[in-house]
Amino acid sequence: MALATPLIGGLLMGVDRKLTARMQERVGPPLAQPFYDALKLWGKTVMIDSSLQPALAFGYLGFALVAAGLVTFRQNLLLVLFVTGMADICLTVAAFDAKSPYSYLSGRREFLAMLSYEPVMLLAYTAIFMVTGSFTIRGIYEYGAPLLLVLPAALVALEIVLVIEMKKSPFDVSGHAHQELVRGVFTEFSGYTMALIELGRWTKLATTMMILSLFWAPSPVIGGAISLVMFFVVLMVDNLYPRLTWQRMLRTTWAVGFALILLNVAALAVGGVIL
Amino acid sequence: MTLVQKARLKSLWVVHFDCGGCNGCDIEVLAALTPKFDVERFGIVNIGDPKQADIMVLTGPVNHKNKRVLRDLYEEVPDPKMVIAVGTCACTGGIFHNCPNILGGVNKVVPVDVYVPGCAARPEQIIDGVVLAMKKLAGEAPEEDE
Repeated sequence: MALATPLIGGLLMGVDRKLTARMQERVGPPLAQPFYDALKLWGKTVMIDSSLQPALAFGYLGFALVAAGLVTFRQNLLLVLFVTGMADICLTVAAFDAKSPYSYLSGRREFLAMLSYEPVMLLAYTAIFMVTGSFTIRGIYEYGAPLLLVLPAALVALEIVLVIEMKKSPFDVSGHAHQELVRGVFTEFSGYTMALIELGRWTKLATTMMILSLFWAPSPVIGGAISLVMFFVVLMVDNLYPRLTWQRMLRTTWAVGFALILLNVAALAVGGVIL
Repeated sequence: MTLVQKARLKSLWVVHFDCGGCNGCDIEVLAALTPKFDVERFGIVNIGDPKQADIMVLTGPVNHKNKRVLRDLYEEVPDPKMVIAVGTCACTGGIFHNCPNILGGVNKVVPVDVYVPGCAARPEQIIDGVVLAMKKLAGEAPEEDE
Protein backbone atom coordinates (compact mmCIF):
# COMPACT_ATOMS: atom_id res chain seq x y z
CA MET A 1 0.00 0.00 0.00
CA ALA A 2 2.76 2.41 0.95
CA LEU A 3 4.59 1.55 -2.27
CA ALA A 4 1.41 2.26 -4.26
CA THR A 5 1.37 5.89 -3.07
CA PRO A 6 3.74 7.13 -5.84
CA LEU A 7 1.40 5.58 -8.43
CA ILE A 8 -1.67 7.25 -6.89
CA GLY A 9 0.22 10.55 -6.71
CA GLY A 10 1.35 10.20 -10.34
CA LEU A 11 -2.22 9.63 -11.46
CA LEU A 12 -3.31 12.67 -9.45
CA MET A 13 -0.63 14.72 -11.23
CA GLY A 14 -2.03 13.47 -14.55
CA VAL A 15 -5.54 14.47 -13.47
CA ASP A 16 -4.12 17.86 -12.47
CA ARG A 17 -2.62 18.44 -15.94
CA LYS A 18 -5.76 17.23 -17.72
CA LEU A 19 -8.11 19.38 -15.61
CA THR A 20 -5.85 22.44 -15.92
CA ALA A 21 -5.86 21.99 -19.70
CA ARG A 22 -9.66 21.65 -19.76
CA MET A 23 -10.00 24.83 -17.67
CA GLN A 24 -7.87 26.62 -20.30
CA GLU A 25 -10.00 25.16 -23.12
CA ARG A 26 -7.21 22.85 -24.26
CA VAL A 27 -7.38 19.09 -24.85
CA GLY A 28 -4.52 18.36 -22.50
CA PRO A 29 -2.06 15.46 -22.22
CA PRO A 30 -3.13 11.84 -21.51
CA LEU A 31 -3.65 10.80 -17.88
CA ALA A 32 -0.46 8.74 -17.87
CA GLN A 33 1.65 11.72 -18.99
CA PRO A 34 3.59 12.06 -15.67
CA PHE A 35 4.66 8.39 -15.99
CA TYR A 36 5.90 8.95 -19.56
CA ASP A 37 7.81 12.02 -18.35
CA ALA A 38 9.45 10.15 -15.48
CA LEU A 39 10.37 7.15 -17.68
CA LYS A 40 11.88 9.42 -20.30
CA LEU A 41 13.86 11.35 -17.67
CA TRP A 42 15.13 8.00 -16.34
CA GLY A 43 16.55 7.17 -19.78
CA LYS A 44 18.45 10.43 -20.29
CA THR A 45 22.24 10.72 -20.13
CA VAL A 46 23.50 11.37 -16.60
CA MET A 47 24.71 14.95 -16.19
CA ILE A 48 25.40 15.86 -12.60
CA ASP A 49 27.24 18.95 -11.47
CA SER A 50 27.54 18.13 -7.78
CA SER A 51 28.15 14.71 -6.28
CA LEU A 52 25.78 15.38 -3.36
CA GLN A 53 22.74 15.90 -5.60
CA PRO A 54 21.93 12.24 -6.43
CA ALA A 55 22.19 11.29 -2.74
CA LEU A 56 19.83 14.11 -1.80
CA ALA A 57 17.40 13.15 -4.58
CA PHE A 58 17.33 9.58 -3.20
CA GLY A 59 16.88 11.11 0.27
CA TYR A 60 13.91 13.17 -0.89
CA LEU A 61 12.16 10.10 -2.33
CA GLY A 62 13.18 7.95 0.65
CA PHE A 63 11.82 10.32 3.29
CA ALA A 64 8.63 10.83 1.25
CA LEU A 65 8.12 7.05 1.08
CA VAL A 66 8.74 6.70 4.83
CA ALA A 67 6.13 9.40 5.49
CA ALA A 68 3.67 7.58 3.21
CA GLY A 69 4.35 4.35 5.10
CA LEU A 70 3.79 6.05 8.45
CA VAL A 71 0.39 7.33 7.27
CA THR A 72 -0.57 3.93 5.81
CA PHE A 73 0.24 2.16 9.09
CA ARG A 74 -1.66 4.81 11.11
CA GLN A 75 1.34 6.16 13.00
CA ASN A 76 1.98 9.52 14.67
CA LEU A 77 1.00 12.64 12.70
CA LEU A 78 3.85 14.67 14.22
CA LEU A 79 6.36 12.08 13.01
CA VAL A 80 4.83 12.31 9.54
CA LEU A 81 5.24 16.09 9.62
CA PHE A 82 8.92 15.89 10.62
CA VAL A 83 9.78 13.15 8.10
CA THR A 84 8.07 15.16 5.32
CA GLY A 85 10.07 18.16 6.55
CA MET A 86 13.28 16.13 6.13
CA ALA A 87 12.29 15.36 2.54
CA ASP A 88 11.81 19.07 1.89
CA ILE A 89 15.16 19.84 3.48
CA CYS A 90 16.84 17.31 1.14
CA LEU A 91 15.32 19.11 -1.85
CA THR A 92 16.31 22.54 -0.57
CA VAL A 93 19.91 21.55 0.27
CA ALA A 94 20.21 19.98 -3.20
CA ALA A 95 19.01 23.28 -4.68
CA PHE A 96 21.58 25.21 -2.62
CA ASP A 97 24.32 22.75 -3.57
CA ALA A 98 24.25 23.58 -7.27
CA LYS A 99 26.18 26.70 -8.19
CA SER A 100 23.30 28.40 -9.90
CA PRO A 101 21.59 31.67 -8.93
CA TYR A 102 18.15 30.38 -10.00
CA SER A 103 18.50 27.26 -7.91
CA TYR A 104 19.88 29.19 -4.92
CA LEU A 105 17.10 31.80 -4.94
CA SER A 106 14.46 29.06 -5.29
CA GLY A 107 16.04 27.16 -2.42
CA ARG A 108 15.63 30.21 -0.18
CA ARG A 109 12.02 30.55 -1.30
CA GLU A 110 11.41 26.84 -0.68
CA PHE A 111 12.63 27.32 2.91
CA LEU A 112 10.21 30.26 3.28
CA ALA A 113 7.40 28.06 1.91
CA MET A 114 8.24 25.45 4.57
CA LEU A 115 8.28 28.21 7.19
CA SER A 116 4.81 29.23 5.99
CA TYR A 117 2.96 25.93 5.99
CA GLU A 118 4.63 23.74 8.61
CA PRO A 119 3.48 25.79 11.65
CA VAL A 120 -0.09 25.77 10.26
CA MET A 121 0.05 21.97 9.89
CA LEU A 122 1.51 21.65 13.40
CA LEU A 123 -1.32 23.77 14.80
CA ALA A 124 -3.92 21.77 12.88
CA TYR A 125 -2.48 18.52 14.28
CA THR A 126 -2.54 20.06 17.77
CA ALA A 127 -6.22 20.90 17.27
CA ILE A 128 -6.82 17.27 16.26
CA PHE A 129 -4.96 16.22 19.45
CA MET A 130 -7.17 18.47 21.57
CA VAL A 131 -10.28 16.82 20.10
CA THR A 132 -9.20 13.17 19.90
CA GLY A 133 -6.66 13.13 22.74
CA SER A 134 -4.01 11.52 20.53
CA PHE A 135 -1.51 12.56 17.88
CA THR A 136 -1.70 9.19 16.16
CA ILE A 137 -3.84 8.44 13.12
CA ARG A 138 -5.07 5.33 14.94
CA GLY A 139 -6.45 7.75 17.57
CA ILE A 140 -8.45 9.57 14.89
CA TYR A 141 -10.00 6.28 13.77
CA GLU A 142 -10.78 5.35 17.39
CA TYR A 143 -12.41 8.76 17.95
CA GLY A 144 -15.23 7.56 15.70
CA ALA A 145 -17.05 10.76 14.78
CA PRO A 146 -15.96 12.64 11.61
CA LEU A 147 -13.40 15.36 12.41
CA LEU A 148 -14.88 17.64 9.73
CA LEU A 149 -17.92 18.29 11.92
CA VAL A 150 -15.80 19.55 14.84
CA LEU A 151 -12.83 21.08 12.97
CA PRO A 152 -14.20 22.57 9.71
CA ALA A 153 -12.01 25.69 9.88
CA ALA A 154 -8.85 23.59 10.35
CA LEU A 155 -9.63 21.86 7.04
CA VAL A 156 -9.89 25.27 5.34
CA ALA A 157 -6.48 26.17 6.81
CA LEU A 158 -5.07 22.90 5.41
CA GLU A 159 -6.43 23.90 1.98
CA ILE A 160 -3.90 26.76 2.00
CA VAL A 161 -1.22 24.23 2.97
CA LEU A 162 -2.24 22.05 0.01
CA VAL A 163 -1.79 25.01 -2.37
CA ILE A 164 1.81 25.48 -1.18
CA GLU A 165 2.46 21.72 -1.11
CA MET A 166 1.34 21.35 -4.74
CA LYS A 167 3.32 24.47 -5.72
CA LYS A 168 0.31 26.16 -7.27
CA SER A 169 -0.65 29.82 -7.78
CA PRO A 170 -0.91 32.10 -5.83
CA PHE A 171 1.86 30.50 -3.71
CA ASP A 172 4.04 28.83 -6.36
CA VAL A 173 7.02 31.05 -5.50
CA SER A 174 9.66 28.30 -5.53
CA GLY A 175 8.59 25.53 -7.88
CA HIS A 176 6.72 26.83 -10.85
CA ALA A 177 7.83 30.44 -11.17
CA HIS A 178 9.19 29.84 -14.66
CA GLN A 179 9.00 33.47 -15.71
CA GLU A 180 11.59 34.41 -13.08
CA LEU A 181 13.34 31.22 -11.90
CA VAL A 182 13.36 28.85 -14.94
CA ARG A 183 12.22 25.71 -13.05
CA GLY A 184 12.62 26.86 -9.45
CA VAL A 185 14.23 24.32 -7.11
CA PHE A 186 14.19 21.72 -9.90
CA THR A 187 16.36 23.81 -12.27
CA GLU A 188 19.63 21.98 -11.67
CA PHE A 189 18.24 18.44 -11.66
CA SER A 190 18.38 16.42 -14.85
CA GLY A 191 17.94 12.83 -15.99
CA TYR A 192 17.34 10.23 -13.30
CA THR A 193 17.74 12.67 -10.37
CA MET A 194 14.78 14.66 -11.75
CA ALA A 195 12.81 11.39 -12.15
CA LEU A 196 13.49 10.62 -8.46
CA ILE A 197 12.35 14.10 -7.47
CA GLU A 198 9.16 13.65 -9.53
CA LEU A 199 8.46 10.31 -7.78
CA GLY A 200 9.02 12.02 -4.44
CA ARG A 201 6.58 14.78 -5.34
CA TRP A 202 3.90 12.24 -6.29
CA THR A 203 4.44 10.39 -3.00
CA LYS A 204 4.22 13.60 -0.99
CA LEU A 205 1.03 14.67 -2.78
CA ALA A 206 -0.62 11.28 -2.15
CA THR A 207 0.47 11.40 1.52
CA THR A 208 -1.04 14.86 2.00
CA MET A 209 -4.27 13.72 0.33
CA MET A 210 -4.40 10.71 2.68
CA ILE A 211 -3.98 13.00 5.71
CA LEU A 212 -6.77 15.28 4.42
CA SER A 213 -9.08 12.26 4.00
CA LEU A 214 -8.71 11.59 7.75
CA PHE A 215 -11.19 14.41 8.33
CA TRP A 216 -13.91 11.85 7.60
CA ALA A 217 -12.05 8.88 9.07
CA PRO A 218 -15.02 6.53 9.64
CA SER A 219 -15.57 6.20 5.89
CA PRO A 220 -12.51 6.23 3.57
CA VAL A 221 -14.80 6.84 0.57
CA ILE A 222 -16.24 10.09 1.93
CA GLY A 223 -12.77 11.05 3.24
CA GLY A 224 -11.26 10.47 -0.19
CA ALA A 225 -14.05 12.49 -1.79
CA ILE A 226 -13.32 15.40 0.58
CA SER A 227 -9.63 15.37 -0.31
CA LEU A 228 -10.45 15.20 -4.04
CA VAL A 229 -12.78 18.21 -3.70
CA MET A 230 -9.94 20.10 -1.99
CA PHE A 231 -7.61 19.05 -4.84
CA PHE A 232 -10.10 20.46 -7.36
CA VAL A 233 -10.41 23.74 -5.43
CA VAL A 234 -6.60 24.10 -5.56
CA LEU A 235 -6.72 23.73 -9.36
CA MET A 236 -9.51 26.33 -9.61
CA VAL A 237 -7.54 28.78 -7.47
CA ASP A 238 -4.39 28.05 -9.51
CA ASN A 239 -6.12 29.02 -12.74
CA LEU A 240 -7.85 32.07 -11.27
CA TYR A 241 -5.10 33.86 -9.35
CA PRO A 242 -1.65 35.19 -10.27
CA ARG A 243 1.45 34.47 -8.21
CA LEU A 244 2.03 36.52 -5.06
CA THR A 245 5.37 37.38 -3.46
CA TRP A 246 6.77 35.23 -0.64
CA GLN A 247 6.04 38.05 1.84
CA ARG A 248 2.35 37.85 0.98
CA MET A 249 2.50 34.06 1.17
CA LEU A 250 3.99 34.12 4.69
CA ARG A 251 1.54 36.79 5.87
CA THR A 252 -1.54 35.06 4.42
CA THR A 253 -0.67 31.57 5.64
CA TRP A 254 0.20 32.65 9.15
CA ALA A 255 -2.58 35.23 9.61
CA VAL A 256 -5.42 33.27 7.97
CA GLY A 257 -4.22 29.76 8.85
CA PHE A 258 -3.47 30.49 12.51
CA ALA A 259 -6.65 32.57 12.96
CA LEU A 260 -8.88 29.86 11.45
CA ILE A 261 -7.50 27.07 13.65
CA LEU A 262 -7.42 29.17 16.85
CA LEU A 263 -11.01 30.37 16.29
CA ASN A 264 -12.08 26.78 15.71
CA VAL A 265 -10.44 25.61 18.93
CA ALA A 266 -11.87 28.60 20.83
CA ALA A 267 -15.38 27.84 19.54
CA LEU A 268 -15.01 24.22 20.63
CA ALA A 269 -13.82 25.30 24.09
CA VAL A 270 -16.80 27.67 24.47
CA GLY A 271 -19.15 24.94 23.23
CA GLY A 272 -17.74 22.57 25.81
CA VAL A 273 -16.51 19.94 23.32
CA ILE A 274 -12.94 20.21 24.63
CA LEU A 275 -11.61 21.37 27.97
CA MET B 1 11.30 -0.94 -28.48
CA THR B 2 11.96 -0.57 -24.77
CA LEU B 3 9.64 1.18 -22.33
CA VAL B 4 11.95 4.19 -22.09
CA GLN B 5 12.03 4.54 -25.89
CA LYS B 6 8.23 4.47 -25.97
CA ALA B 7 8.03 7.11 -23.24
CA ARG B 8 10.54 9.24 -25.17
CA LEU B 9 8.02 9.62 -28.00
CA LYS B 10 5.22 10.62 -25.63
CA SER B 11 7.12 13.24 -23.69
CA LEU B 12 9.20 15.86 -25.45
CA TRP B 13 10.40 18.83 -23.46
CA VAL B 14 11.45 21.81 -25.51
CA VAL B 15 13.98 24.50 -24.80
CA HIS B 16 13.40 27.47 -27.06
CA PHE B 17 16.25 29.88 -27.80
CA ASP B 18 16.03 33.01 -29.91
CA CYS B 19 19.45 33.68 -31.43
CA GLY B 20 18.48 37.20 -32.46
CA GLY B 21 15.70 37.08 -35.02
CA CYS B 22 12.77 39.45 -35.40
CA ASN B 23 10.58 37.46 -32.92
CA GLY B 24 8.16 36.49 -35.72
CA CYS B 25 9.09 32.80 -35.47
CA ASP B 26 9.09 32.99 -31.65
CA ILE B 27 5.49 34.14 -31.70
CA GLU B 28 4.65 31.20 -33.97
CA VAL B 29 6.49 28.75 -31.68
CA LEU B 30 4.51 30.04 -28.71
CA ALA B 31 1.29 29.91 -30.78
CA ALA B 32 1.73 26.13 -30.90
CA LEU B 33 1.15 26.10 -27.12
CA THR B 34 -2.14 28.00 -27.33
CA PRO B 35 -5.54 26.25 -27.07
CA LYS B 36 -5.91 26.17 -30.88
CA PHE B 37 -2.87 23.95 -31.50
CA ASP B 38 -2.21 22.71 -27.92
CA VAL B 39 0.96 20.66 -28.35
CA GLU B 40 0.75 19.61 -24.69
CA ARG B 41 -1.73 16.91 -25.75
CA PHE B 42 1.28 15.14 -27.33
CA GLY B 43 3.30 15.65 -24.15
CA ILE B 44 5.31 18.52 -25.65
CA VAL B 45 6.09 21.17 -23.03
CA ASN B 46 8.10 24.37 -23.33
CA ILE B 47 10.27 23.69 -20.29
CA GLY B 48 12.84 26.48 -20.61
CA ASP B 49 15.50 24.49 -18.74
CA PRO B 50 18.22 23.04 -21.02
CA LYS B 51 19.21 20.40 -18.45
CA GLN B 52 15.78 18.76 -18.69
CA ALA B 53 15.07 19.37 -22.38
CA ASP B 54 14.96 16.85 -25.24
CA ILE B 55 14.54 19.21 -28.17
CA MET B 56 16.13 22.57 -28.89
CA VAL B 57 13.99 24.91 -30.97
CA LEU B 58 16.21 27.64 -32.39
CA THR B 59 15.04 30.75 -34.18
CA GLY B 60 16.94 33.62 -35.76
CA PRO B 61 20.46 33.88 -37.24
CA VAL B 62 23.54 33.34 -35.04
CA ASN B 63 25.74 36.34 -34.38
CA HIS B 64 29.19 36.66 -32.83
CA LYS B 65 27.70 37.84 -29.51
CA ASN B 66 25.54 34.81 -28.83
CA LYS B 67 27.35 31.91 -30.51
CA ARG B 68 29.05 31.04 -27.19
CA VAL B 69 25.68 31.10 -25.38
CA LEU B 70 24.17 28.82 -28.03
CA ARG B 71 27.11 26.41 -27.82
CA ASP B 72 26.80 26.29 -23.98
CA LEU B 73 23.06 25.68 -24.16
CA TYR B 74 23.57 22.87 -26.67
CA GLU B 75 26.13 21.19 -24.43
CA GLU B 76 23.83 21.48 -21.39
CA VAL B 77 21.06 19.44 -23.06
CA PRO B 78 21.61 15.76 -22.16
CA ASP B 79 21.51 13.07 -24.89
CA PRO B 80 19.44 11.92 -26.70
CA LYS B 81 18.63 15.35 -28.10
CA MET B 82 17.36 16.92 -31.30
CA VAL B 83 17.91 20.39 -32.70
CA ILE B 84 15.27 22.08 -34.83
CA ALA B 85 16.07 25.27 -36.77
CA VAL B 86 12.81 27.19 -37.15
CA GLY B 87 12.49 29.91 -39.79
CA THR B 88 14.59 30.98 -42.76
CA CYS B 89 17.05 32.94 -40.58
CA ALA B 90 17.85 29.92 -38.39
CA CYS B 91 18.16 27.68 -41.48
CA THR B 92 20.43 29.84 -43.64
CA GLY B 93 20.78 33.31 -42.16
CA GLY B 94 17.85 34.58 -44.26
CA ILE B 95 17.81 38.25 -45.13
CA PHE B 96 20.68 38.83 -42.69
CA HIS B 97 23.06 36.43 -44.48
CA ASN B 98 25.58 39.04 -45.61
CA CYS B 99 25.62 41.17 -42.47
CA PRO B 100 29.11 41.49 -40.93
CA ASN B 101 27.86 40.58 -37.43
CA ILE B 102 26.05 37.43 -38.58
CA LEU B 103 27.59 33.96 -38.86
CA GLY B 104 24.68 32.54 -40.87
CA GLY B 105 22.31 29.72 -39.98
CA VAL B 106 22.47 28.01 -36.59
CA ASN B 107 24.19 25.01 -38.22
CA LYS B 108 27.39 27.09 -38.24
CA VAL B 109 27.52 26.57 -34.45
CA VAL B 110 25.50 23.45 -33.54
CA PRO B 111 24.52 20.35 -35.57
CA VAL B 112 20.90 20.70 -36.77
CA ASP B 113 18.58 17.68 -37.20
CA VAL B 114 15.46 19.25 -38.68
CA TYR B 115 15.08 22.43 -40.74
CA VAL B 116 11.71 24.21 -40.75
CA PRO B 117 11.90 27.00 -43.35
CA GLY B 118 9.45 29.88 -43.66
CA CYS B 119 9.32 33.56 -42.82
CA ALA B 120 7.75 33.24 -40.40
CA ALA B 121 7.35 29.45 -40.10
CA ARG B 122 3.71 28.54 -39.48
CA PRO B 123 2.73 26.68 -36.28
CA GLU B 124 1.58 23.67 -38.35
CA GLN B 125 5.01 23.51 -39.98
CA ILE B 126 6.74 23.77 -36.61
CA ILE B 127 4.62 20.93 -35.19
CA ASP B 128 5.42 18.91 -38.33
CA GLY B 129 9.12 19.55 -37.73
CA VAL B 130 8.83 18.41 -34.12
CA VAL B 131 7.06 15.22 -35.26
CA LEU B 132 9.89 14.61 -37.75
CA ALA B 133 12.44 15.07 -34.95
CA MET B 134 10.39 12.68 -32.83
CA LYS B 135 10.62 10.01 -35.55
CA LYS B 136 14.36 10.55 -35.82
CA LEU B 137 14.64 10.20 -32.03
CA ALA B 138 12.82 6.85 -32.31
CA GLY B 139 15.30 5.69 -34.95
CA GLU B 140 12.89 5.68 -37.89
CA ALA B 141 14.27 7.10 -41.11
CA PRO B 142 12.09 10.03 -42.18
CA GLU B 143 10.48 9.54 -45.58
CA GLU B 144 12.11 11.57 -48.36
CA ASP B 145 10.06 14.17 -50.22
CA GLU B 146 10.09 13.88 -54.01
